[in-house]
Amino acid sequence: MINKLVIENLKYRWVRTLGSAMIVGILVASLITLIGLSRGMLEESASRAKGIGADIVLRKDTGATASLQTGQINEKFLKLVRAQPHVAQAVGVLGQTVEIITVMNGVNIPEFAKFSGGFKFLAGGPPVAPDDILVDEPYARQKDLHIGDTVNLVNHNWHLSGIIQSGMLARFVVRLDTLQNLTENTGRLNQIYVKLDDPSRTDAEVDILNKAFAGDLKAMSLPDFLAMFSINSIGPLKIFIKVITVMWVAVGFLVVFLSMYTAVVERTREIGILKALGAKPWMIVDLLMREAILLSIVGWLLGIGLALVATQAIVAIAPASLNVINVPDFWPWAALIALTGAICGAIYPGVKAARHDAIEALSYE
Amino acid sequence: MSSAPLAEAVPYIIQVRNLRKVYHTGDVEVEALRGVDLSVKRSEFVAVVGPSGSGKSTLFHILGGLAPPTSGEVLIDGVDLRKMDESDRTEMRQRKVGFVFQKYNLLPTLTARDNILLAQSIAGTKTRPPGFDNVLNLLGITNRLDHKPRALSGGEQQRVAIARALVNQPAILLADEPTGNLDTANSNVVLDLLRDLNKRVGQTILMITHNPEAAAFADRIVFMRDGKIVQKGEGEIHGKPL
Repeated sequence: MINKLVIENLKYRWVRTLGSAMIVGILVASLITLIGLSRGMLEESASRAKGIGADIVLRKDTGATASLQTGQINEKFLKLVRAQPHVAQAVGVLGQTVEIITVMNGVNIPEFAKFSGGFKFLAGGPPVAPDDILVDEPYARQKDLHIGDTVNLVNHNWHLSGIIQSGMLARFVVRLDTLQNLTENTGRLNQIYVKLDDPSRTDAEVDILNKAFAGDLKAMSLPDFLAMFSINSIGPLKIFIKVITVMWVAVGFLVVFLSMYTAVVERTREIGILKALGAKPWMIVDLLMREAILLSIVGWLLGIGLALVATQAIVAIAPASLNVINVPDFWPWAALIALTGAICGAIYPGVKAARHDAIEALSYE
Repeated sequence: MSSAPLAEAVPYIIQVRNLRKVYHTGDVEVEALRGVDLSVKRSEFVAVVGPSGSGKSTLFHILGGLAPPTSGEVLIDGVDLRKMDESDRTEMRQRKVGFVFQKYNLLPTLTARDNILLAQSIAGTKTRPPGFDNVLNLLGITNRLDHKPRALSGGEQQRVAIARALVNQPAILLADEPTGNLDTANSNVVLDLLRDLNKRVGQTILMITHNPEAAAFADRIVFMRDGKIVQKGEGEIHGKPL
């Protein structure tokens, strides 16, 4: 009967119910989309790194994880790495951030082709001239680019020489020397990819390389490198998401608080009726708590729906700029966040209602 | 004063002696009841009549367990209200007392049937009491139970409120101006029903009213003025003793 009263109360004031649930839903959708975007971008980067086919990745030994800073390694180390026993191939890469979080990579094209097996061209061919650029298919589709078009990136006009299949190295690939000159990083790299003559020796070689280049380079196996492409491995992103989560819990709390507070004021007489019928204070609190919880569950479901729609819309509108993925494993956490906000928001109105004097409540107009 | 002498007087379902109630409004004390003595027998229909401010609503609230007495003795069906805390009074309202209000006080979100079931749910009872179908028939609302209050007339709403008040088989039905919002025809229907319930089912009823014509439906009329019960012999209403 109490559940029926809860549902009927929410149905009776359906505009407020829907409005409150929509706000909770938008918060939930925003959080799910943010997580989906963060993970999508990181997974995409990991996928590209994986597509190179390296066994070991070497980076500047700073202790930092997944940094996008450029020009950290002197190019001379590439020769030293290549000279190490069991290193079959090594290729250096320079990265430059473009369009917020998308990276352009400069690489020695023939060396990289030999190392990775080469890019899969959907149109055109590899860069030959200094200003030639390769872009991947999603970007070409999003920007409606064709071979021979001019592409302005990093304040530079590039000539589109080839459209490549997505999933290897970067969305934009140019000649290493051109990017080094353009970014004033002549003779510098920020990553060295290594292929061993025997991949089963990877762990041992990581140790050997770390000892050989201690203080200059940090070697890690590809699986360890890929593991860094997660939200938990990137401190600032983790903190940002935590801050956003706390803010959204607070907003969810305020939405439910205001909704329940208004409901308590509006329903003062009804609360008086319940008390006259012998409802105990905890029952009044329980009633409002159930309403808040149901409100947050409806909001959560709406949020999941909105997030799915938003994900599809983003992927359709900007397939190359923003890689958002569905994150169903995060949905229970989103529910927990919505419920926490709702329960906290319902406590004060619930206690206020429970403390109403029955006689005063019954005379409320 | 001990309650033992009152408790021995079993035929009385309501026994009030020297009841006082003082409200505090800021630093001001308002004495709403100034030593009320009242006894109501089981199955009696009593009307309490008095002008505004006479204390009849305060008496209603105390007898219904909605407010504690300041001093004096109040026994409801043998239970001493002075020994009750808020929680005890809440439990008393679940089973011992049924309320009928002037403004019906039905929950607008629920149907008539669910309003009645809610009272049962709060009291923790699941089965309909024996004979309750007869009460519904007597009230004439069996075909209106699936309607929400807004779809019912004032008279129908008040009859649903009476059914709700009776569903837990209370010892006393307390009615506060039950016809205050009704036209004459509906008032007479409701008052006839209350009298029928009293006569057929033996329901004890205490009705607060300022309307002498409504009071005339009761077996006995008690008049209140300035927080006191006016002594017998001070007058009569429609030929019934005060």
